[in-house]
Amino acid sequence: MILFEVKNLVKHFGGLAAVNNVSFQVEKGEIFGLIGPNGSGKTTIFNCISSYFPVTGGNILFKDQDITSLKTNKICKIGIGRTFQVVKPLGRLSVLDNVIAAAFSKAKNKHEARDVAMETLEFCGLSHRKEIIARSLPIGERKRLEITRAMATRPELLLLDETAAGLNPTELDEAIDLIKKIRDKGVTIIIVEHIMKVIMTISDRIHAINFGQTIAQGVPKEVSNNKAVIEAYLGEEYAHG
Amino acid sequence: MKKFLPLILLIILIIFPLVYKNAYYQHLMILVFIWVAIGSGWNVIAGFTGQVSFGDAAFFGTGAYTAGLLAHHFQISAWWGMAFGGFMAMAVAFPFGWICFRLRGAYFALASLALNEVCRHITTIAEPLTQGMVGILIMPSFLSKIPYYYIALAIAVFSVVFVQFVMKSKWGYYFLSIREDQDAAESLGIDTHRYKMVSLNIAAFLTGMAGALFMNYMGFIDPEVVFSLHDISIMAILVGIVGGVGTIYGPAVGAFVMVAVHEFFRTGFFGFFKGMAALTGSDFLIIAAKYISQAHVLGFGILVVLVILYLPNGIVGDWNKIIGRFFSFKKKEAAT
Repeated sequence: MILFEVKNLVKHFGGLAAVNNVSFQVEKGEIFGLIGPNGSGKTTIFNCISSYFPVTGGNILFKDQDITSLKTNKICKIGIGRTFQVVKPLGRLSVLDNVIAAAFSKAKNKHEARDVAMETLEFCGLSHRKEIIARSLPIGERKRLEITRAMATRPELLLLDETAAGLNPTELDEAIDLIKKIRDKGVTIIIVEHIMKVIMTISDRIHAINFGQTIAQGVPKEVSNNKAVIEAYLGEEYAHG
Repeated sequence: MKKFLPLILLIILIIFPLVYKNAYYQHLMILVFIWVAIGSGWNVIAGFTGQVSFGDAAFFGTGAYTAGLLAHHFQISAWWGMAFGGFMAMAVAFPFGWICFRLRGAYFALASLALNEVCRHITTIAEPLTQGMVGILIMPSFLSKIPYYYIALAIAVFSVVFVQFVMKSKWGYYFLSIREDQDAAESLGIDTHRYKMVSLNIAAFLTGMAGALFMNYMGFIDPEVVFSLHDISIMAILVGIVGGVGTIYGPAVGAFVMVAVHEFFRTGFFGFFKGMAALTGSDFLIIAAKYISQAHVLGFGILVVLVILYLPNGIVGDWNKIIGRFFSFKKKEAAT
């Protein structure tokens, strides 16, 4: 079943086409990887989906419903959560309050919001940090807080923007476990990632873009052997060699 | 002990005018209470929601003029203004917020500054309605200060309790989220524009109500008094900063300190300069005594510099720091 679809998405910044005619479909329950070199337009696609920018052209469909022109907060309400590449913790609030604020998007009252928040903290393995002020967390846990907060809004589709960047190898393994756990809970995931270890081990399918255009699509193995992808990442000589 | 502190303070404030019958100090306390309400309002929009507003006088003046004009044109008791003043201030806040919350940070602050000036000019020019610079005079309802004292106290307590209630609810979490990171708040499903409006309207309501009380109490208003930038809007900010931005009891403490400082300067350090001038006959002191009463703005400036340097979170926000300093000082004294 197709849960989410991007059709011919175009985004121009002035004369620059940051995203040019990208289309993909995401099935319910899968982990969908989005890769590409720096500046290829991955985060721009996320920002278009969560409507931080108005799109120049194309459509975004969620559960067969056109969500292209919805406001950012409505996108969250209908069930699309996201994290930020540059983490945005609510700095002067405690970790628990961060998550409670997010839980209010679905919860009816404070009691319920608190329960949802505690449950989500437990699920994401941050409950031992709940009293700490968010800005004093180290980067690994800040990234985890981003995921926890997005999960507290009870999304059906989760957009993860480089959640593994800047983590050490142990944290990396923990992050992979967490993402798998979220998938097993029935949440569909679109993940943008640079670290090949992460993206290749967890993605069901991968979509590669460069200069805002699709260059390859398929299962991880196909994509990693694709000439255009190798060329985009490593240069022309490697592709032929 | 800490839990009961507000309650004990409240009881003291209730007994105060019955025991201490000096009308001057009752007057000062009424001013403090009015400033508690205004400061609490400012604290909601600027302290908790992070949208610094220089436009509090617009809401204050609207509330005051609502009460005044009702009495002046329709011969309705100005006390009705207490009911309508807050809502009229919201009627000003609503279109303003709806348009200007598209602006962020300093740009919103500038727009609110403009709102203040726009309101002042409108009331000055619309003479058939407001009598312009002549101002509005109404007969006070009570000769004694005691009824005003209790009404003002009730409004101050209501403001603090109401703000506390709001900040513990969903709205409170939303306001804080918007203050900390507007983009993150939006991505968490918070309609930031809408909740900034809610926050501004709460601030406008409390400030407008305080304005209506001011009209009733003072009996006279003109545009320069109630739409004053430095005496109302800036003072509201100072009450918030000195007391503690983003704390429930900050505005209450700030209001007390600011009214005290204001009065300290207005009376020339409680007549100290005048007395010294009379005693010594020095020309310098005579001139100083003459001008010191107008130097309260200078006093505010010095106070703000000190607060920002040593207590960046205000008196309430840095309370533990103050206590800690005090005790470490005592310990050192004991050691030597």
